[in-house]
Amino acid sequence: MPFIANTDAQKADMLAQIGLTEAGLFADIPPELHCGALNLPEGMPEQKIRRHMAKLADRNATGLMSFLGGGFYDHFIPAAVDAIVSRSEFYTAYTPYQPEASQGTLQAIYEFQTAICRLTGMEVANASLYDGGTALYEAMMMSLRITGRRKVLIDQTVNPIYRTMIRSYSSNLGVEIMELPFRNGKADREQIARCLDDQTAAIMVQNPNFFGCIDDYTDVGEMAHQRGALLVVSTYPISLGLLKTPGAMGADIVTGEGQSLGMRVCFGGPYLGYMSTLMRHVRQMPGRIVGRTVDGQGRQGFVLTLQAREQHIRREKATSNICTNEGLCALTALAYLSVMGKEGLRQLAQVCADRAFYLQQRLLKLPGVSLRYPGNWYFNEFVIDLPERADAVICRLLERGISAGFPLARYYENMEKSLLVAVTEKRTKDELDFLVHCLEVSL
Amino acid sequence: MKVIFEKSVPGRRGLDVVDSEVPVQADFPAALLRDQPAGMPELSELDVVRHFTELSQRNVGVDGAFYPLGSCTMKYNPKAAEQVAHYPGFSYLHPLLPQLPKGETLVQGALEVLYETERLLSEICGMAAFTLQPLAGAHGELTGAMIMAAYHRDRGSKHKKRMLIPDSAHGTNPASAAIAGFAVQTIPSDHDGYLDVDALGKALGDDVAGLMLTCPNTLGLFEPRVAEVCRMLHQVDGLVYCDGANLNALLGVCRPGDIGFDVMHVNLHKTFATPHGGGGPGAGPVGVAEKLVPFLPVSVVRKRQDGSFYLDYDCPKSIGYIAPFYGNFGVILRAYAYIRMLGRDGLPRVAQNAVLNANYVREKLRPFYDLPYGQLCKHEVVLSASRQAAVGVRALDIAKALIDRGMHPPTMYFPMIVPEALMIEPTETESRETLDAFIGYMKEIAELAKTDPEAVRRCPTSTPVGRLDETRAARQPDLAMR
Repeated sequence: MPFIANTDAQKADMLAQIGLTEAGLFADIPPELHCGALNLPEGMPEQKIRRHMAKLADRNATGLMSFLGGGFYDHFIPAAVDAIVSRSEFYTAYTPYQPEASQGTLQAIYEFQTAICRLTGMEVANASLYDGGTALYEAMMMSLRITGRRKVLIDQTVNPIYRTMIRSYSSNLGVEIMELPFRNGKADREQIARCLDDQTAAIMVQNPNFFGCIDDYTDVGEMAHQRGALLVVSTYPISLGLLKTPGAMGADIVTGEGQSLGMRVCFGGPYLGYMSTLMRHVRQMPGRIVGRTVDGQGRQGFVLTLQAREQHIRREKATSNICTNEGLCALTALAYLSVMGKEGLRQLAQVCADRAFYLQQRLLKLPGVSLRYPGNWYFNEFVIDLPERADAVICRLLERGISAGFPLARYYENMEKSLLVAVTEKRTKDELDFLVHCLEVSL
Repeated sequence: MKVIFEKSVPGRRGLDVVDSEVPVQADFPAALLRDQPAGMPELSELDVVRHFTELSQRNVGVDGAFYPLGSCTMKYNPKAAEQVAHYPGFSYLHPLLPQLPKGETLVQGALEVLYETERLLSEICGMAAFTLQPLAGAHGELTGAMIMAAYHRDRGSKHKKRMLIPDSAHGTNPASAAIAGFAVQTIPSDHDGYLDVDALGKALGDDVAGLMLTCPNTLGLFEPRVAEVCRMLHQVDGLVYCDGANLNALLGVCRPGDIGFDVMHVNLHKTFATPHGGGGPGAGPVGVAEKLVPFLPVSVVRKRQDGSFYLDYDCPKSIGYIAPFYGNFGVILRAYAYIRMLGRDGLPRVAQNAVLNANYVREKLRPFYDLPYGQLCKHEVVLSASRQAAVGVRALDIAKALIDRGMHPPTMYFPMIVPEALMIEPTETESRETLDAFIGYMKEIAELAKTDPEAVRRCPTSTPVGRLDETRAARQPDLAMR
């Protein structure tokens, strides 16, 4: 039997030694609760399962030239990252409850926290959350705890999937969530000014936003702070190689989706939520936190700390129910950021932006193609309006092996002709030109 | 060992980034840019690989050592399951593809994996349907609690606000219930370690939304009156949630759905052998009985008569989105491969061997440690080190002494109702030789506690660091390098 070591003879001997029979092992379960044989397929040897899985994998279209983003990006992953993460001392360990036997995991988390602080311009970060959406939800809950208020504003240029998640999570909590319409693709300051009041816990925004627009939320932070509210910014970590940090904008809590830091898109997960904040809010932050300390001989070491916030101590009064997070994904992000390094990360962000800018300029020369929100700066993603329904164009380009972008009508009204196009460093100039060519002949 | 940022050498590079290749540059105004580059380490690729190799050597995983961490099911993670999850046909699949027009045709293989995994889990657990979206066990609990809330709301039972939870439950249970909007009431355990059914009866009332029960419970015991408990809850129109963290004990033997549970989560990273990753990523799929199916999160994978698969977003009673997409797909792949490898005959043997191993450890350690609940156990056994604590050697000390003997310690101080608890879950993948070695060490440590308690309290001495100053860590928090 695979994955079971003991032989039948060993089992019989073990049972005899403890005075039990095989059936006796389950004698405590009332007979009427025993199920019969499960209606499952027969087991497969390794050779068969690998062939079976390879066939399933072949039925997925991963060979497409992809311009899909929407918060989830296909970036290049250095081989060293995979090599580091596939060390089983990391991936077959669990939550570091025994610090002396887990210094590898603990130090890596401390280093991850440091990297996230430096990337976002904040003072403290946690050990990770499930994904960018749950991280934003946790930031909202944290803002309610900090301010003692029950209302939040969320800009509609925040990823619509995250906004949907936040609405689901809040349905039983009596939180008033106001979604604010945008203006020309960016957060509408007049709307914010109108809706911010003394009951508002936070204003939640995203940079670059869902349309790829880059914004500077310094003024929004000031408006929030004047009313005693917090500024929460959801981010795309690769862009932070280049862009002004939320910390420099006066953000109180920063979150983001870390998938682009060395993780494949993998049909939706595992991903990596991250969160950073100011030191004065640390005791309201959810999730695990690692701290640096010393042992009895003064040697540096790392431990889980500030655990009085957490569910295993506080139970129903905890800051969050989170227990297991995304440890291996945090390690992946740290390994990725370490290989990229200070200059590599900046260069990478610039390459993505340059290629996206080039593609945008070329597309705008096509007849009937226009920039949906002109006059803004874009990072690696932008919205164009096509002369016809985006759905129809996407279908035609899929036949040529191109996934041209995301049709915004799925989440926004009156945007049937709008296409969200993303570019990473994996899309070569030839491929950008090919997209332009295919679009030209298909319009 | 230095922190990676302390190893940085200005100007050193780990990777050459590709050129932009394009003739234009995005020339952003300075106001939109950061003042200085983000302070990432400046290291060669070898520097980075050495750093993380050294870190990995300061870690203990299942591949390296026996890891009987109770309640966590640290079984071996088969390498084939690991390998198939990395197939490019899965790992490079963009999650927004199905939302494109006709997009489902691009992801048929992935949808089949999701659909089949849901069916397999439903059969294994005796539930009507599963969602794979929850991203961890606690996330599954929250999803389940939200489903319970939605069910009561749909029936107009707004007054159902009380969630009953035994005192032996995982801390995530009350935390998840609270976040779903319930008021938590704790139910005590009785002298035998079971849920106190009399106390439960007194707590029941019209405002009770449900009960969250771990099965087998966190003492590793099967609740003898669990079916009756389910009926009692149903009589007040309450729902019964099964925390499936301990499902390994029941595989192919007994199904929570048949017992009467209405909703449950399973931990793919426990029962179904996906790696724990040093604390995630996990996955906590949620199964429900027929009456709760309409409340499952969107989207739902469905199969057409022609055998093709699609995602259904039209679920008016659903609790909505709880994850951005379809769950931790990479974890689901591993679990699917594991279930298919074991199959119909393999899964019951998992439970049999897990339970045999736990009871073997229980009986062999009985002479040396207290067993406050010494009856037949399921997949794990909870000892008490109170006999040792009387001579100054606590459960913590015993744990550290095990580290010096090359084994990962059991879970300590949980469940909270057992003083000086050591919760041992050997799992089915461990051999008798390993169990005997562990038993030998536990016996040796128990002897040492009598003859030289100080020697136990000094442990560990073989690790890169000794016991760390946790008070200092909390009082003078150093949470990131400046």
